[in-house]
Amino acid sequence: MGETLLQLKNVYQVYGSKMRRFTALEDINLNLSVGEFVALLGPSGCGKSTLLRIIAGLQEASQGNVLYRSKPLNGINPYASIVFQTFALFPWLNVLENVLLALKVKGIEEPERTRKAEDLLDRVGLDGFESAYPRELSGGMRQKVGFARAMAVEPELLCLDEPFSALDVLSAESLRSELLELWTEGKIPTQSILMVSHNIEEAVFLADRIIVMDKEPGRIIAEHKIDLPHPRQRKSSEFQLHVDEVYAILAGQTQSEQEELGTAPGEAGYTRYLPEIAISDLTGLLEHLDEFEQTKHDIYLLEDELGIDSDHLLSLAEAAELFGFVSIAKGDIEITPLGQTFAEASILARKEIFASRARRLPLMQWLLKMLSNAEKHQLKWNVIQTALSLEFPPDKTDSQIETLINWGRYGELLTYDDGSEIISLETKPDKTPVPQTI
Amino acid sequence: MTPNSRFFHTTHRSSQSFTWGDLIAVVLIVVSLYVGARLAFDAPTVISGPDISLSPSNLPWYAVLSVGRMTAAYALSMLFTLIYGHLAAYHRRAEQLLIPLLDVLQSVPILSFLPVVLLSLSAVFPEAIAAELASIVLIFTSQVWNLTFAWYQSLVTIPKELREASLIFRLNSWIKFKNLELPFGMISLVWNSMMSWAGGWFFLMAAEIFTVGSLDFRLPGLGAYLHEAANQSDYAAIGWGLGALILTVIILDQLVWRPLIAWSDRFKVEMVENDNPPTSWFYNLISNGRIANWLSKRILSPISQFIDRVMLRQFPMPLEPPTGRKSHLWSLIALTTIFSLGVLYALYRAGQMLIMIPFGQWTQIWIGALITLLRVTIAMTIALAWTVPLGVAIGTNQRLAAFLQPIVQVTASIPATALFPVILLFVVNLSGGLNLAAVILMLMGTQWYLLFNVIAGASAIPQDLKYTAQLMQLTPWQRWRILILPAIFPYLITGAITASGGAWNASIVAEYQNFGGKALSVMGIGSLIAHATAFGNYPLLLAATLTMVLVVVLINRLLWKRLYLLAEEKFRME
Repeated sequence: MGETLLQLKNVYQVYGSKMRRFTALEDINLNLSVGEFVALLGPSGCGKSTLLRIIAGLQEASQGNVLYRSKPLNGINPYASIVFQTFALFPWLNVLENVLLALKVKGIEEPERTRKAEDLLDRVGLDGFESAYPRELSGGMRQKVGFARAMAVEPELLCLDEPFSALDVLSAESLRSELLELWTEGKIPTQSILMVSHNIEEAVFLADRIIVMDKEPGRIIAEHKIDLPHPRQRKSSEFQLHVDEVYAILAGQTQSEQEELGTAPGEAGYTRYLPEIAISDLTGLLEHLDEFEQTKHDIYLLEDELGIDSDHLLSLAEAAELFGFVSIAKGDIEITPLGQTFAEASILARKEIFASRARRLPLMQWLLKMLSNAEKHQLKWNVIQTALSLEFPPDKTDSQIETLINWGRYGELLTYDDGSEIISLETKPDKTPVPQTI
Repeated sequence: MTPNSRFFHTTHRSSQSFTWGDLIAVVLIVVSLYVGARLAFDAPTVISGPDISLSPSNLPWYAVLSVGRMTAAYALSMLFTLIYGHLAAYHRRAEQLLIPLLDVLQSVPILSFLPVVLLSLSAVFPEAIAAELASIVLIFTSQVWNLTFAWYQSLVTIPKELREASLIFRLNSWIKFKNLELPFGMISLVWNSMMSWAGGWFFLMAAEIFTVGSLDFRLPGLGAYLHEAANQSDYAAIGWGLGALILTVIILDQLVWRPLIAWSDRFKVEMVENDNPPTSWFYNLISNGRIANWLSKRILSPISQFIDRVMLRQFPMPLEPPTGRKSHLWSLIALTTIFSLGVLYALYRAGQMLIMIPFGQWTQIWIGALITLLRVTIAMTIALAWTVPLGVAIGTNQRLAAFLQPIVQVTASIPATALFPVILLFVVNLSGGLNLAAVILMLMGTQWYLLFNVIAGASAIPQDLKYTAQLMQLTPWQRWRILILPAIFPYLITGAITASGGAWNASIVAEYQNFGGKALSVMGIGSLIAHATAFGNYPLLLAATLTMVLVVVLINRLLWKRLYLLAEEKFRME
């Protein structure tokens, strides 16, 4: 392994102050060497994009040292360049002009500027599309412009921020191979690549090393080396073994019930985030698992079977685990008898099982208790919001309340009126729906 | 007309009704009104206006003068917009003050400032220059707020990744402005410029025809020409004047705004092709022409390249972020302190001036405000009564739209204030003539906003919903209650907010007129302001103007803003 390019020592990213402090990144230690392709992998909200922005100098860490070639980084990292998830091309500039702009700012004069830009576009295979505007191109081709522009400034460190996740499957696949070709054959002056991803297969396919992160707080939980030679065969058993191992790290292991559920807001201990998933997706997952002979199943296989990405899959698995519908160990997911019952039940029976399980969640318990203590058993949204803002970061609070309301509505535990923003306890006695008069 | 310009800043879920920024805004308005009223003490008591010639051969020159005033005010507005918007978007502290200030300023009835501005400027400058400056200031204040708001909005909505890209590729401020900020805001700037320009006509005409008592502030221009023609009951001249006005508006529309809109389509951010992009015959003509091509290749492009090079060399993006500038901070604090002390002193003097006003006059002011409010309400009700059915008919019926839309657009393009003297000519001899004329003027100042918005709302009703309503066999009344009214509600409110502002503005011109050599007036806060101006009662002028501003701002906050939030949250179809 070559010399060290980038070093992170005890990096923290903390938002807010005093009572409302939230740790986005906790004690990050990381080395990046010349010649390395490293992937940062983790569920959404684990701070991997924040980490990438700290490394690129777009954001300043609240604590800790970021060293580039042993010198502390101050401001924008002049040796780094980024390829963005949403391409970040200037829509009013054509393909050539987008690349030219990066070269112009770098101080490269005409005619060298145009020659260089055309050469770069040629290398990524965009020959003949110089005068096209981004909106005329497919996602894959837009991202090629993104790559060409990033490479125009000849960065030592190329940062990729989920560059393939906004593309369709086929374009993503071909662009990955093309990137790999440029990289492994040394066609670009880049010394090292750092890629943020939430796609496990993609990371195993491209990277030499995977750094696995987890959320709440965002931290590194494991490192996984991949020493398979390029090009890697996705169907090979070695490849699948790596995928399975990374899934096992990410999916974790079902803990004791107490640890799994966390504590209610305001109490000592840690308030658990609810995974923000739709109930119909959860039902779909359980119905799928219920179809198999064996109760145990490899998690990573579900990705293809259900046609969803690993991020979504892991959130669903987390939710199912929270409700006690499945248990997870060593990269395997096992449906519990309760899960089977739920999958096979009628709509109304499902709602009852769901309600009884949801009542166990400390956050839901807390909300229902607040409601039943309140006058008329109802509370305004912003009352709940204020109470929860001590527990969750500002951008999370609303989505957590939304999840609570969605689950509560499905389980017929509570109702919500969007107009008045009032959450109220469901009063059950009469179940016949009153027809609305028009 | 674009119906989706945003009038209020609605980013917070629970929005407070009043903030510190509002208070500061009101204080600044009081202070600037006081300064104006104080200066007015030195204003001459007699001002003789220009001689307006009714010969049609003068019309082109008058048109040039009128358009010139608009252009000067517009240039000023753009300059202000770019600086103010930039400050508000990039400095958090400034934003907390500047945005509420903008919010109040854009709901203030600007025309109520006209007398104060005219008097104070004519105390300082020679007559002719004072009136010119006042008209430009007035048009500026009518054009600038929505432009500034649009620019600020577009700056803060630039996608995060585009910002990050401009940082990581080290674009300096100039290159960023030229390649990111300006293109990103271009469509919104062009649309808002067009709206501002249309609104500006209303104020230009009001400024050109303003006379009270022995003070003739008229300016040579199309508005004054029409005013003079109506004064002399010269129907031929009225015809010529109207023709020239309409022609000017149409020429500007066809040769300036349509081409600009067609051109700005290239700056849209959506990554999909538009099915029917805006077109302009004039734009097609010049953009395909050889001269334009030559100009852009040989002249514009080298100049732009040269500026870029100089800017990049002179102001490269610093490698390290700037460290804290303490000395800068101190001078800022000192300046703020001096400014605040000045404001406090002026506020104190304004208070003294207001205390001088006897109780009876305050009662008069409030009764006047109520009567004007009544007139505004009547005008709005009449406007609603006819624009909603017609607007829905046009919006849901393609054939009717094709036939009526152009007629409506041309009619709406005539600024109501220009027509006012003409209307007065017809109704002045009826009983309650000015009362009727005042309501008609308010109506003309309000109805178009409503109509355009209703049309936009009705044409945005999804086809599926219309089919569903048919399948459910709703009666016409049910159809209106369940489908049409909720669907057009957000548009109706947007239109009504602008319309109500327009009606209040109209009251200044409408309630007091020098016509045919005699002064006509009806009770109302607008005529109080005019009387105070005519008789040099500056404390009353200050009090009445201030009351009007407060009443309108309060109505905006307590009624329109709430309705707007309701419309945004509950009735917006996404």
